Amino acid sequence: MVPERWERMAETAEGMLGPYRVLDLTDEKGILCGKLLGDLGADVIKVERPGGDATRNIGPFYHDEPDPERSLLWFALNTSKRGITLDIETADGQALFRRLVKTADFVIESFPPGYLDGLGLGYAELEKVNPGIVLVSITPFGQTGPHKDYKSPEIVAWAMSGFMSGRGGADRAPVRVSHHSQTYLHAGVEGAVGAMLALYDRWTTGEGQHVDVSIQDSAARGTVPVGWALSRGSAPENLAQAGTAGLRTRYLWSCKDGYILFFYATGGQGRRVSRPLVEWMEEEGMSDEFLSGIDWATFDLRQSNQETVDRMTATTEKFFMSHTKAELFEGAVKRRILLYPVSTARDNLESPQLAARKFWREVEHPELGMSITYPGPFATASGTPLRLSRRAPLIGEHNGEVYGKELGLSSEELLTLKQSGVI
Amino acid sequence: MKRKLLEGVKIADFCWVWVGPMTTKTLADQGAQVLRIESKTRPGVWRVSPPFKDNVVGFNRGGVFNAINTGKMSVTVNLSHPRGVELAKRFVAWADVVTENFAGGTMERMGLGYEELRKVKPDIIMLSAAMMGQTGPHANMPGFGAHLTAISGFTHVAGWPDQEPADLAHYTDFIAPRYNALAILAALDYRRRTGKGQYLDMAQLEGCMNFMGPLLLDYTVNNRVPGRMGNSHPAAAPHGAYRCLGRERWCVMAVFTDDEWRRFCGVIGNPAWAADSRFATLLGRKENEEELDRLVEEWTVDRTPEQVMAEMQAAGVAAGVVQNARDLFDCDPQLKHREFYPEIEHPEMGKYFTVAPPYKLSKAPYELRRAPLMGEHNEYAFKEILGMSDDEIAELVVEGVVE
Repeated sequence: MVPERWERMAETAEGMLGPYRVLDLTDEKGILCGKLLGDLGADVIKVERPGGDATRNIGPFYHDEPDPERSLLWFALNTSKRGITLDIETADGQALFRRLVKTADFVIESFPPGYLDGLGLGYAELEKVNPGIVLVSITPFGQTGPHKDYKSPEIVAWAMSGFMSGRGGADRAPVRVSHHSQTYLHAGVEGAVGAMLALYDRWTTGEGQHVDVSIQDSAARGTVPVGWALSRGSAPENLAQAGTAGLRTRYLWSCKDGYILFFYATGGQGRRVSRPLVEWMEEEGMSDEFLSGIDWATFDLRQSNQETVDRMTATTEKFFMSHTKAELFEGAVKRRILLYPVSTARDNLESPQLAARKFWREVEHPELGMSITYPGPFATASGTPLRLSRRAPLIGEHNGEVYGKELGLSSEELLTLKQSGVI
Repeated sequence: MKRKLLEGVKIADFCWVWVGPMTTKTLADQGAQVLRIESKTRPGVWRVSPPFKDNVVGFNRGGVFNAINTGKMSVTVNLSHPRGVELAKRFVAWADVVTENFAGGTMERMGLGYEELRKVKPDIIMLSAAMMGQTGPHANMPGFGAHLTAISGFTHVAGWPDQEPADLAHYTDFIAPRYNALAILAALDYRRRTGKGQYLDMAQLEGCMNFMGPLLLDYTVNNRVPGRMGNSHPAAAPHGAYRCLGRERWCVMAVFTDDEWRRFCGVIGNPAWAADSRFATLLGRKENEEELDRLVEEWTVDRTPEQVMAEMQAAGVAAGVVQNARDLFDCDPQLKHREFYPEIEHPEMGKYFTVAPPYKLSKAPYELRRAPLMGEHNEYAFKEILGMSDDEIAELVVEGVVE
């Protein structure tokens, strides 16, 4: 008992989600969600307030030009989307929105809880317009609860998720990942997962539903291990301490031109990954008696003492400082040592692995007269390759296509709507 | 009985460690039948790693294992035995989806690569979630979340500009499972419409690149390598983590607008320094940020982070406790409201807890079921799924194919 429109989907669509339309009303808090659905082939329409979404003010900017059509964050997180403008606080805007909902499959939004309800555009209302509509709401703490109205810019979300605890070193404040928001991106992917679950359910029930995504929940999913231990009283409160039995061991090491990540392992792991490193050091005459004498099968770092650890550290440090990131990683690949570079953006662009995978994509930007190199889609699918089908939309770029051609509004009507600030 | 959203979805699950199991947990928690193909002789990491219940070692007593493998079934098959591989293929014939997260090329070497499995089940959906993907010069590099976090670029941009990068532990382990679940669900929908399966080669590294998007474009467009900025934010001040009352207790605060700055000053009692013209504008506050942070901390240091958060949020200013494990589990009222850490009964663990899905579907409530004991579903799997007789099963046990 599924609508005829769904049945026509079978052969014609490109991409895993080809037949589906998404109305994307999110701001930064949910913006990745629509990109993922778009890269998977859905027809995603970004719906912005007239004049453009505030997200366009977030840098970095193309050539440092602080312009709403030059935000690199906007570029990165809005691929594969078309764009229209619409003020859903106006009567005309709401009428147009309802018309769009009629032929859409998903509405994704990140307004404060209750905002859409207040406009008469909450799930209960949208369901009447289109029983199959799936509404995905992405908010800092969910639709209900004691913190539902708490303000949650990234640093607050990061702190309250547990990710921040203990990160930053003993004598400094705990710290976040710099630049744009991480937690919002986690929630964006979970929003897409929730959307897909609701889509699956719709085949069974014939109905859509409301998907309530919490940014805090999304980010906090990593706290299981220590939390379990904590409930039995055997873990440190500090989420960042683990596994070193109180010894100060090194995992981050300086090298000639940056940093690498490596930690000595013990037992079977140690035999496989620590010994090859020591052998390499020996080849270059940089090992010492202690390191070369370790039986990695039986040596347990955690049972040793700080003096031993410090000695190992000092010798290893010197070796790493005599090489660059690239040299060390090359050696790691060749000798199968679990050693990895702390990569920069440049390192990633120069990665032979990503190049071999043809990961980087050229996306045309006709408005700039050039194409830009973008990171590719998140998955490689053999049957329906994911694509960055287009660059991020300009403000109101597809108003003509959507309102004019699709909804049949005349140019006079479009003029009225534009001049009155509805679109 | 509650309706299960993913009822009827069958998954032959070869996953281990964290990323794989968290992927299939997402699906099992919504009712999919996830069959873990495990081995007693080569048990997965979390079957044998602490924390253990009461510190007693056992396959079924691992806290992490039980938390991340909710709702799944377990069979024990020796995949080093050729007949074990045959058995595995028969489970694939039963399944809709195959999941694995070994290093690139591993399944193929075992005779369980996509091309082989397609012969067994032409419309199979297979997901491989290796760190670097199945192809390329680094495809079969082993590694864990900490390593991936470093090579994908997060480590470099976390921490203070004048210090080495901060430790983000295995941050990327919490990114990949989300992408994996998304890919599987999208592929299931495609298959429902077209009857076609496919191979999902998910390089965890590539999924992470989306989380670095704006910074990667900063390099490709502006030739700039983004670095570390501590807790500062270009459009807010104060913005950072401030020491509070208690040992290692911190609260974060973020003031973006003039209105928020006025409210912030109100909460801290409108001290004389706050009226200083240097702090009157955002640009002024940014220019004098170090001093501003120092002054703010003089106020926070006498208060608990909970007090700071409550007072600030009540006044419309963003603030949050830097929560540790105890805060999350015992104190956070919102996580309690979301029932985020549900407890489940388990024969060997007693009560233990896991983590709930981060979304609530209004018409499809989830149900969290306990993780399986090692080999718990051998009988069900061999008899019901594969239709084997007791004699056939006994033979396989004797041969060491079934453990």
